[in-house]
Amino acid sequence: MVSFAFEATDVIKRFGDVKALDGVTLKAEQGKIFGLLGPNGAGKTTLVRMLSTLTEPDSGYAKVLGIDVAEEPNKVRKLIGLAGQFAAVDEFQTGRENITMVGRLYHLPPDVIRKRTQELLESLNLAEAANRSVKTYSGGMRRRLDLGTSLIARPKVLFLDEPTTGLDPRTRLDLWAIIREMVNTGTSILLTTQYLEEADELADKIAVIDHGRVIAEGTSDQLKKRLGGDVIEFQLSNPKDSQKALQAVAKLAVKKPTFDENTLTVSLPVKDGSGVLAEAVRTLDKAKVELANLSVHRPSLDDVFLSITGKKVEDTKAGNHEKGRV
Amino acid sequence: MYEAVQNEIADIWTMTKRNLIRYTRLPQLLFFSSIQPIMFLTLFNFVFGGAIGSHGAAPGGKYINFLLPGILAQVVLFGAVNTGIGLADDMNKGIIDRFRSLPMSRAAVMGGRTVADTIRNLVVTSILLGFGTLYGFRFMNGVLNAFIMVAIMLLFGFAFSWISAVIGLTLKDPETAQLAGFLFVFPFTFASAAFLPTSTMPGWLQAFANNQPVTYVSNAAREFALGVPAPDGTMLKLFLFLGGIFLIFIPLAIRQYKRSV
Repeated sequence: MVSFAFEATDVIKRFGDVKALDGVTLKAEQGKIFGLLGPNGAGKTTLVRMLSTLTEPDSGYAKVLGIDVAEEPNKVRKLIGLAGQFAAVDEFQTGRENITMVGRLYHLPPDVIRKRTQELLESLNLAEAANRSVKTYSGGMRRRLDLGTSLIARPKVLFLDEPTTGLDPRTRLDLWAIIREMVNTGTSILLTTQYLEEADELADKIAVIDHGRVIAEGTSDQLKKRLGGDVIEFQLSNPKDSQKALQAVAKLAVKKPTFDENTLTVSLPVKDGSGVLAEAVRTLDKAKVELANLSVHRPSLDDVFLSITGKKVEDTKAGNHEKGRV
Repeated sequence: MYEAVQNEIADIWTMTKRNLIRYTRLPQLLFFSSIQPIMFLTLFNFVFGGAIGSHGAAPGGKYINFLLPGILAQVVLFGAVNTGIGLADDMNKGIIDRFRSLPMSRAAVMGGRTVADTIRNLVVTSILLGFGTLYGFRFMNGVLNAFIMVAIMLLFGFAFSWISAVIGLTLKDPETAQLAGFLFVFPFTFASAAFLPTSTMPGWLQAFANNQPVTYVSNAAREFALGVPAPDGTMLKLFLFLGGIFLIFIPLAIRQYKRSV
């Protein structure tokens, strides 16, 4: 039987009175990107720390490639790489020295370390700065170096805890490309993020976590379908038409259509957007409703998160900083 | 088994190099940390030297001969405080989590730090011996015994580095670790035979001063460097003390390191 890249079963972890993880169960297939999505304080970091052997579960168990992290942590450590939101690099050493040092601590042969360090520096676009002290690096460079050190042993499972938090859009795109490349070489990845678009873009499977519990799980498409399909949005030319319009389209909707007075937009949740669109237009035309704009869209992960947790991801971002590092 | 030991040593050495690189990239750190003991040596020698030298307590009639071993004890002890400061600093940064997630020895982070601080202590000790010689200090008991004295001093600092490591790993804040470290070493250095004989201290203080490690190591160092016999049992008590420190504080440091945040 092929084991899972990583798995958690009924994992509970308390910090004092706070339950950071409150019965988390999830399984990730090998060779895929598993996205863990949730606001600050949801328990994402705690779960990553547990899977990377930094903290043990109070109850339940966590495994990486079938090996229990609490029972055989050193076996797990040989198979994993960890990179996080705080670049865990040594300021006083150069980029090359940082990667080399970690290679030694994985007990790789010197010639392998030398060769791979050079490859990593080049692929992470750090070759020019390789022999400069990390103190002179920008935030994005540090983050890339941090990722590089976690890749030196070619880990089978890579844990990336909010790798792009606080990075500028360009650097984020660069990192996305590197992450995709990693998966193409067979690495399994756990990616935690607060950015829905990031999970949407990269993850093969997503678990939404809030208050230490997995509250939804599936592919991006599956999660979106939970909202009941698509939304047809049309903007009215004349605000007086709103009642008329709502009545006209009500029979097409799977949920009650809504009207936003500020944007003069009617949102019409339907099962199959493109299939219903033509009929919606005919119905509105018959009711003599004049339209300024018309669109169909699938719900974003933002909508999914909002509907599951009752709050937007952004709302929860500013507050309670998650305990712990990396 | 053999491979495990080999990895353990390799990891400690890798971490030692990491800390030594820090000193070479920050030469001002080594510079200023040498200035302080030179200042102590200079001030003590010329402020107290005149009064003490004539009392006959000083071997060879020179206070510098009495003082230098004591100053060295103080220097390695102060150097040991750095271990805690450095580890507390690491604990504040993501890098300690990186180390803890690697298949490396659980003792290497502290081992590398204590060994690096011992090497640093060797450098500062050599500088002080140079200045001491300039002020008139002479080894009076042969070359071998001179080396043994230096070795004892370094071992002493190494042992206290492990106490300091536990302080740093527990407090997790470099400034607090510095304050706590010095608070801990100050009474040991001053209420001791490091700078002056304990015989003029009040009885209650003598009871402490005569029975604590800085006095043991200062007296032991004087025996090896100058041939002045230390009180009976000094070496035994010193090594029991150091052995006790290793036995208690190495496991304690590893426990604090492993402990999840």
